[in-house]
Amino acid sequence: MDILLQLIVSGIAVGGVYALIALGFVLIYKATSIINFATGEFMMIGAYFFYTFMVMTGLPPIPSFLLVMLCSALLGLFVERAILRHMLGQPTISIVMVTIGLSSILMGLAEMIWSTDFKSFPALFPRAPIIIGDIIVRSNLFWGFVVAMIAVIVFALLFKYAKVGVAMRATAGDQMAAFSMGINVRSMFTVAWAMGAIAAALGGVIIGNIGGIQPTLGNIGLKIFPVVILGGLDSIAGAVVGGFIVGLVENIAGGYLDPYVGGGVKDLAPFVVLVLILFVKPYGLFGKQDIERL
Amino acid sequence: MRMGDFKQTYAADEAVFRSGTVRFWLVVLFLAIAAFPFMVGPYLLYMANLTGVAIIAAVGLNILTGAAGQISLGHAAFVGIGAYTSAILTTKLGLPFLLCLPLSGLSAAFFGVIVGAPSMRMKGLYLCIATLAAQVIFDFIFVHWTSVTGGIRGINVPSAELFGYKLDTEFKLYFVTIPIMIAAVTAARNLFRTRVGRAFIAIRDRDISAELMGINLFQYKLYAFAASSFYAGVAGCLQVYLLRIVTPEHFPLHESIRYLAMIIVGGLGSVLGSIFGAIFMTMVPEALQSGLALFQGLDDKLMSYLFPLQTVVFGLLIVVFLVFEPHGLAEMWRRVKNYFRLWPFEH
Repeated sequence: MDILLQLIVSGIAVGGVYALIALGFVLIYKATSIINFATGEFMMIGAYFFYTFMVMTGLPPIPSFLLVMLCSALLGLFVERAILRHMLGQPTISIVMVTIGLSSILMGLAEMIWSTDFKSFPALFPRAPIIIGDIIVRSNLFWGFVVAMIAVIVFALLFKYAKVGVAMRATAGDQMAAFSMGINVRSMFTVAWAMGAIAAALGGVIIGNIGGIQPTLGNIGLKIFPVVILGGLDSIAGAVVGGFIVGLVENIAGGYLDPYVGGGVKDLAPFVVLVLILFVKPYGLFGKQDIERL
Repeated sequence: MRMGDFKQTYAADEAVFRSGTVRFWLVVLFLAIAAFPFMVGPYLLYMANLTGVAIIAAVGLNILTGAAGQISLGHAAFVGIGAYTSAILTTKLGLPFLLCLPLSGLSAAFFGVIVGAPSMRMKGLYLCIATLAAQVIFDFIFVHWTSVTGGIRGINVPSAELFGYKLDTEFKLYFVTIPIMIAAVTAARNLFRTRVGRAFIAIRDRDISAELMGINLFQYKLYAFAASSFYAGVAGCLQVYLLRIVTPEHFPLHESIRYLAMIIVGGLGSVLGSIFGAIFMTMVPEALQSGLALFQGLDDKLMSYLFPLQTVVFGLLIVVFLVFEPHGLAEMWRRVKNYFRLWPFEH
């Protein structure tokens, strides 16, 4: 029983971080209908930015954190302007492939700039584990969860109440209508990419703080697909719920099944759940069903 | 400039090879392919064999993704299923190569249909992610079902035997791989002239309209999955006999992406494009590697910067082609041909 509780708690903590990264994905998808396979790499680059500012230039954590947000926003903006803008109106496969190509470029660049060596951040939070009742949570995981949740809430509020958020939702709902209401649809695309990149980068910093960073860190980005599909590609609430589900599923399945098959269940379980859910609900739990007309 | 090129019957217009010029160059091409192994060393032959296998797999993916419009991120998994099937059939049951080849195709097609089954209810991105899940799940099975797949160490396979000949050199394998490749390409080219192939294209262009015209979407999507994975399975079988070993490392997600890159760079929905793409995407990394090898020993630090360049170039190729030449090499080839058809009178 203790083990189960322990697994559930760490599952929720990891799930919170997944939710934040998935949010980075959903923000972009909702506004631009682009499925971003490079989310994992945005995450990885964000973690490296943080490493650069903190370790290589010796800035304190909070300014580094802000600089990471700024740099990722610029990266997202640049990517949208330089590549994705040309892809408007192209078929799905082209858009999928262009972001896959982008992820490959980012990964190669990261290897060139920061080398393939494993790196880790200096301790940001007190090392003592957090104890809740009988359960022990690693402090990095706990604080990571707290930061991720704050970020998710900030993003959700921005999206719901801020002018830019309302404009983005309007763009997502109906581009023509948004256009005629005086919203600059093109700049909304740019804003969406900048915000998506920020969310992913913050997730990257948290994950890097938990487990260290490497150019292959972006592979964690694959896990956001179960998360966003579970929640439905275009739902922010769905991304959060999906994040928790995937975090829980992988921790519980990993904890109980790993000894029998020799590891690796953690990476597999989310995808099995994904397939099962897709059989029952093809548009995810919160996704909007497309109604097509000829 | 080509003249007198007009058609009098519908059949002549529909022919695969439409004019004497095309047939002439085709004969030249076949002669070149036949003469190739007598002129080059084992390394180039090895590359030619690998390219042949890649062409089969890429043509298969192009049937599913280019023609029927169903994006698959799990093609490498099907190549893997074909590879493991033939490896297991050879080592455990001792079946001959000629039997293994179709059986690996069929077993891959079987799993292809299973993976394609969700396409009844999903499409577009959701299906794409479902195939990603298939890739991850099969990858896991390859690694962890140790008793059958040999785990990470994989399975060593003896060289294939055909009519008493041991196919133990690249030279001998060439005469198996390349004819199979040509047969596969011909079959695919003809597939697009049948009802089934036309139905694939109709589904890609607008699935609802296709359904209204009496195409059973689910049935034909499954056909597409089956045909595509059959090609993948055959490619996998050939790859096993080429490399003489099968391990999970040969079929990661990245390999699936490489196949997708081939058909993107070559040209979506075009058989010729898959051939160009497969050649291009096999040769470019190889050329880059030998190019980098020139710098080897100059400076170790420099190498650590240059090595990841391959990853960057791979990504750049995909992005640049999609942005500047979305129809790929096949389209470039068509333009060059058109230029010479009118040459020297451009207008």
